[in-house]
Amino acid sequence: MRLYGKFFVMHLKSIMGYKTSFLLSCLGNFLVSFNVFLGIHFMFRRFSRVEGFTYSEVLLCWGITLLEFTLAEAFARGFDTFGSVVRQGEFDRILVRPRNVILQVLSGHIEFSRIGRVLQAIVMFVFGIRMSGVRWTTAKAAAVAVMLLGGAVVFAGMFVIYAAICFFTLEGLEFMNIFTDGAREYGKYPVSIYGKRVLQLCTFVVPYALIQYYPLLYLLDRGKPWYALLPLAACLFMVPCLLLWRLGMRHYVSAGS
Amino acid sequence: MITLENVCKTYKVSRRDAGFSSAFKALLHRRCELIHALDNVSFTIADGEMVGYIGPNGAGKSSTIKILSGILTPEEGTCQINGLTPWKNRIEHVKNIGVVFGQRTQLWWDVPVMDSFELLKEIYRIDPAVYRRNLEELTDMLSLGELLRTPTRQLSLGQRMRCEIAASLLHDPKILFLDEPTIGLDAVSKLAVRDFILKLNAEKKTTVILTTHDMQDIEALTSRIILIGKGKILLDGVIDDIREGFESTEEGLASFYRSHDI
Repeated sequence: MRLYGKFFVMHLKSIMGYKTSFLLSCLGNFLVSFNVFLGIHFMFRRFSRVEGFTYSEVLLCWGITLLEFTLAEAFARGFDTFGSVVRQGEFDRILVRPRNVILQVLSGHIEFSRIGRVLQAIVMFVFGIRMSGVRWTTAKAAAVAVMLLGGAVVFAGMFVIYAAICFFTLEGLEFMNIFTDGAREYGKYPVSIYGKRVLQLCTFVVPYALIQYYPLLYLLDRGKPWYALLPLAACLFMVPCLLLWRLGMRHYVSAGS
Repeated sequence: MITLENVCKTYKVSRRDAGFSSAFKALLHRRCELIHALDNVSFTIADGEMVGYIGPNGAGKSSTIKILSGILTPEEGTCQINGLTPWKNRIEHVKNIGVVFGQRTQLWWDVPVMDSFELLKEIYRIDPAVYRRNLEELTDMLSLGELLRTPTRQLSLGQRMRCEIAASLLHDPKILFLDEPTIGLDAVSKLAVRDFILKLNAEKKTTVILTTHDMQDIEALTSRIILIGKGKILLDGVIDDIREGFESTEEGLASFYRSHDI
């Protein structure tokens, strides 16, 4: 953790040299997700409900999903840019250092311009919670915390898979974005609106529903209390992700010198 | 002590002709060939020895260095470095080695060199007293002085190389791998780097394994050379084995390459 802190400071020192670029990309990141909010807003001006969910409920859902994703992205960004790390041979450098490889990859890229997105996510999160009309209890607040944790882990797991694939292809695969950025976009609505099949897929294969749909039902008093604990089960998703990573490491052939 | 026995490493290489249509064909059906980057490579290097590891491009030099430094795992063969197998005991092993890749930097591009050093101190968990002593010594020997406060991107290649070498020695490694350390350097910088390596080897008894295409590096630094071609060790001896009967080492080497068709 101390080492992560040191890397954090180094990244901070590096970007301080490029002030304008930093501010502009912060702003850009902020505006991108603001766009999505406008999308939701205008749609609900025409339709008052989507599959039984009201405007305020969808906002709550999206606020939480966005914050989950952003947390994962802020910490695990290194995995997202891992393709270029492998191609440029930087991974060799990581391997000749006496530290855990995953820790080094995590600290390899920390993007501060995501602060814009984090701010946006927090604003949406607070907005969603205020608008939701949920009567908050300690249990429900805890449920939200568990959702954030589980969600961040699941999204981070997707980044790990994305990175592990780079070992085989030497390049990140664009289709993986369906599961990362795509999931964030789809995640603005509770998963159930996409139909039963998608819900099943997102429950048993890639556990998005466990961090979003089911605990949301609990928050809205429509689900059973144990739904609130499902995000913890979703954390198990990390296990196969890390196994794939280990397999990839063994497959690694470094780029020429 | 470094021992390498019967190490083999193969790569898959896909080949195709130039042009769009063959690129498209390759998309549907890729022809792969197996390249034997290393074919039964064995050698032993004693502590404190300085060895030149030479061979034409693509002979397997980098692959060997990568295996010795724990980056790659060979398919066959064993390797013991001070009692450790690099790819199995990676973390323990890399604490004792320093690696300089001449064509890649390990310094952070946008911050002063000193900051990169401080981070390395953290990564290698170097004791503060040891760190201070080493830093002083290296600053002195490589005349780094002002350079430490300059961002890496504003250093010249020669200045950067001196900083790179210092960076890989902060943690007192027993073995130093230098992969083309003088590539692209001007005469003054080359001499400075060579002098430093000689001094390091003499004073600290650091084992140095050096790959280079510059025969003057080899002449100035090492008595022993290991020559590799097409993945096989072709010669393990002294520089005179090659130079004999030729005007310069360069010509001797070229003729050696030609006669072995590598």
